[in-house]
Formats: sequence, structure tokens, C-alpha cells
Amino acid sequence: MALDNVWVLAEVTESGPTSLSLELLTEARKIGSKVAAVSWGAHTAEHAAMLGEYGASKVYDVGDVGETLPGVPVAGAIAALVAGGDRPDALLIPASYDGRDVAGRLSVKLDRPVLTNVVGLSDDGQSTQHTLFGGTTALSARFTGDGPFLYVVRAKSFAAEPGGGASPEVVSAPAPEAGPAGATKVSARHVEERSGPKLDEAPVIVSGGRGLGSADKYEMIEELANLLHGAAGASRAIVDAGWVPYARQVGQTGKTVKPNVYIACGISGATQHLVGMKGSKNIVAINKDQDAPIFSVADLGIVGDVHKVVPALIEKLKSR
Amino acid sequence: MNVVVCVKQIPDPAAPGALDPNTHTLDRSGKLILDDSDAYGVEMGLQLAAGDGDEVILVSMAPNGETSGLRTALAMGAAKAILVSDDALAGTDALGTAKVLAAAIKRAEPDLVLTATESTDGYTGTIPAQVAELLGLPSITFAKKIAVDGGSVKVERQTEAGYDEVECPLPAVVSVTAGVVEPRYPSFKGIMAAKSKPVDVLSVSDLGVGADQVGASGARQEITDVSKVEERAGGEIVVDEGDGADRVLAFLEELKVI
Repeated sequence: MALDNVWVLAEVTESGPTSLSLELLTEARKIGSKVAAVSWGAHTAEHAAMLGEYGASKVYDVGDVGETLPGVPVAGAIAALVAGGDRPDALLIPASYDGRDVAGRLSVKLDRPVLTNVVGLSDDGQSTQHTLFGGTTALSARFTGDGPFLYVVRAKSFAAEPGGGASPEVVSAPAPEAGPAGATKVSARHVEERSGPKLDEAPVIVSGGRGLGSADKYEMIEELANLLHGAAGASRAIVDAGWVPYARQVGQTGKTVKPNVYIACGISGATQHLVGMKGSKNIVAINKDQDAPIFSVADLGIVGDVHKVVPALIEKLKSR
Repeated sequence: MNVVVCVKQIPDPAAPGALDPNTHTLDRSGKLILDDSDAYGVEMGLQLAAGDGDEVILVSMAPNGETSGLRTALAMGAAKAILVSDDALAGTDALGTAKVLAAAIKRAEPDLVLTATESTDGYTGTIPAQVAELLGLPSITFAKKIAVDGGSVKVERQTEAGYDEVECPLPAVVSVTAGVVEPRYPSFKGIMAAKSKPVDVLSVSDLGVGADQVGASGARQEITDVSKVEERAGGEIVVDEGDGADRVLAFLEELKVI
């Protein structure tokens, strides 16, 4: 038995809904008979048709939340809808920065627990799948109490496919007065420039880790990625060390990627990294330590010095 | 300024993890250590609360009275700890944990509450926002830089595209990423001093949190099945004899990537 009402927290930017939001709408069609999206910001109306195409027959528009972080106002708006009798059986929430804030706030407002790091759902929408211990163990879980069920879902858990739905009805769902909790103010936004394909969409990813030795060596990772028309990624170790921006991080606390080819250079393969990339179709690892855990998931492992193998690879690709 | 840092004591992540065969919850029966992710919050707290009369107070929850991880953070320089320890806590979910932590934090009357973005073992990642909501405080999550200026906190918050500059009035909850600051190693003197620092042990009922809110019965969620994921079939591992690059090229050609 499927669920009646499934809502999706849809993040809509200037360029449209995020891919994770579309993945969640696609899955919502499968587990629910009626799908609605909850969105906020200035761009909901202009992209509502796309939310409809992916499954939403209704869009609750919280509207512009101004300079405040969205966690408090968006959770407040959803709680107000629920209090007014308009309630979902389940709410699918993207595992993003703002998504996790909304999930935590809403969980308290509704006094409902949250299941996070969901990577799969049963067809009836009542049972979740998770992975643990670096992806070596799979768990199924479920709520034992009443809904709304709050699920925080990781990227790439489902494929996004349009369902050909009509343009949805857009309903205003303004945020209630938040009090002191809503007193955050974003004073400036900084976008770190990136060229080439996006990390979570690239068919080829070349990633670097601590084995590179120093920040300047990351250039060869970018060069190799460029030559292969791919994106450059990084392990948490070198992001924490400040060598590359966080946007490049692959792993549990970074991006989940599933490219056709993943080339790990100087990455030992801590479980925190493996979680984010072991779904790749083909994995190549280059590392000087033959006992490095990364080799356990590699289709081709080169036990060698990244400072020799990667430059040689770059030279050979250039001369082709 | 008083800073509360929420810390978690977890099984050593370097050891292979295990689930309790009956409850399917994480096996925490062995020695517990301070979660690495929490060392950043402790260090940040120590740097922000460095004035006369300033204090860093640790707040933690554990079912079995464990304090070894707390001693590590006390050795770094925290003044004292509040440990909520109670048999009734075994199996508590994130929301129940947040309720317990929020009740304990209230006692310390902090100006600022620091947490990690998520624990290394359970990594649900909802506690910072849940604690803030329970306390009625603003929160800024995923901080990569923090400064306190008078009555407000200014944070650089990670975003998908880069980072935002965000500020809010104190008191507030801020979750920090690894890399917000480099944690110090406890000195010998610090380790010795930590042995005599106060650890206030409280039960769930001391805090006035209902017994129905915690433990496996309060969790309102359960693990129904655990299975091994099929390992990726082992690939070919070769030692580079100067032909490493050629091997990679041949592999990429085979996949028609080049």
C-alpha cells in the first residue's frame, strides 16, 4: 500500500530545481499517490512547471525568506501547514546544508524523529535503506510511530526522470513569525569559481588526496581531469588542510559521486571517502602503499608514486 | 563568555565497527574515545573563551558512565563537563539525544553552543538544528570560520557553491566543520590537570526529561534488517615498474573514455 500524500522539500535556485530535488520528486511519484513540493526563495514560480513535470501536482511556496537562513522559516511554514490540517504522510528532504537544517528544526516542531542518510525506500514508502561502515553493511529501518515520516535522502540514491506532469497549482505558504531563533542574517555570499563539468555530473572524476604531498601538486589533478573532460575531486584530508575548496570534497561529508570512471590519486581510502565514490562504475587507484584500503575497491590499482605516474599519464594523453 | 561544546564519546573508528546482534544499534561496549570531529569544537571554544572568567563546558551523553573521551577534551583545556549517563539512554535516537543535550545545556547557561556537524559513528547530522530549536536559539550550521564580536557571532558557512557570511545574536548554536581550526594536542600538564576537573554526572530524571522520550522505546524508529553488502570484485593490482601510466591508458581505452 503506497502512501497518500508525499511531499518533497524542493530547493529551487535561479537556474532551476537542484538535481537532488528532482531525484526526490521522481521517487515521490513511486511511493505516493499525490505529490506536492515545498519550496522557498525568489524563483519558485518561474520553475514551478519543472516541479510539475517531475511529479508535483501542487507547490507550497514559502516565498522569499530574505537574508535569514532558510531552516527556521521553512520548517515553520511546513509546521503551520501541518497544524492547519494539510499534512503529508512522508516528507522527502534533500541531504543538503539547508535541507538538514529544515529537517532538524521540523523534527522538533512536529515532535517526530528523522531517518537520515537514506539511500533507498521500499515501494510502500514505509521502509528505508541505509549503508554503514563505509558501505560494507546495509540496514533497513522504519518508523514505529505516527507520521509525518521525515526522510533525509542522500544525492544519487534515485535517478531523476520527468513524468510528464502538468503545471502544478502554486499555493502560498508563508513562514510564521520566528522569534529569536530566526535571527540569522546572511550578509554576503561567495561563489568559488569552477570550470568544466560539475563534480556530481561528470562522467570522469580525478581525485587527489594527502599522498600528493602539497597543495601545489593538486594542479596535476586538475590538468588530468581536464584532459579526460572530467571534474577534479578531493579527499576530506586535503579539504580540511585548506588545499582545495570544500565544493570538491567526495565522501560521507562531501559529495556522493557515481561517474563512469573514478581515478583516485594519492588517496588511502578512509571509509569516509569510500562511501562517496564506491558506486562509481570503474575505479582506478594510484597509491604508493599497497595495503591502502582504496585498492580493495579498485578495478585497476597501480602501486606507485603519484608524482611519477600522473605526470607520465598527462604527457601521454597530451601527445595523443 | 561561557561556551558549551557538545562532545560525543565513540568506539575507535580505526577498529572495525559492529552492530549489537539483538538491537542492531552500534556496539559501544568497548573503550570509547573522543570523536575526532568534536576536537575542532573544543579547540574553537577554547580560543573564543580565552578571557578571564571565560569557561568551556563540555556536555555529553553516554549510557555507561564513560569519561575517557571527556578527559581528552578536559586535557585540552575545557574547565568541566556535564555527563548525562543513565542505563535508560541505551538506544536513544537523535531527537531523544537532542532533548537530553538541550536540557543539560540549559543548566550551563552558555553564550554560545558549539557542536560538530555530525558524529563520526552515527552521522545523522540533525542534532545541531534540533538542539537549537529545543532551546529556541538561532543556529548557523557548517561553520568553517567563527568570530565573536560583542553580542553576536559571525560565521563563514559552507554552501554548495562556496560560502556565505552569516551572523546572529548570542546566545546561539553553531556547528563546526573539521578544518575550522587546528585542534591542539593535550599537554602532559593538561592531562594531569584533567584528572581532577569536575565531571557532573546526571541522570535523565535529574534533567526532567521524560523516560518515554529516551531509550529504544522512546526512539519511534527501529532497524528491521542488517545485511552485508556484496564487496566489489577485486580488481587487478599491479606494482608500477615504469609502466603504470600505460596500464591506466590501456584501461581507459578499453572503457572507450579516450
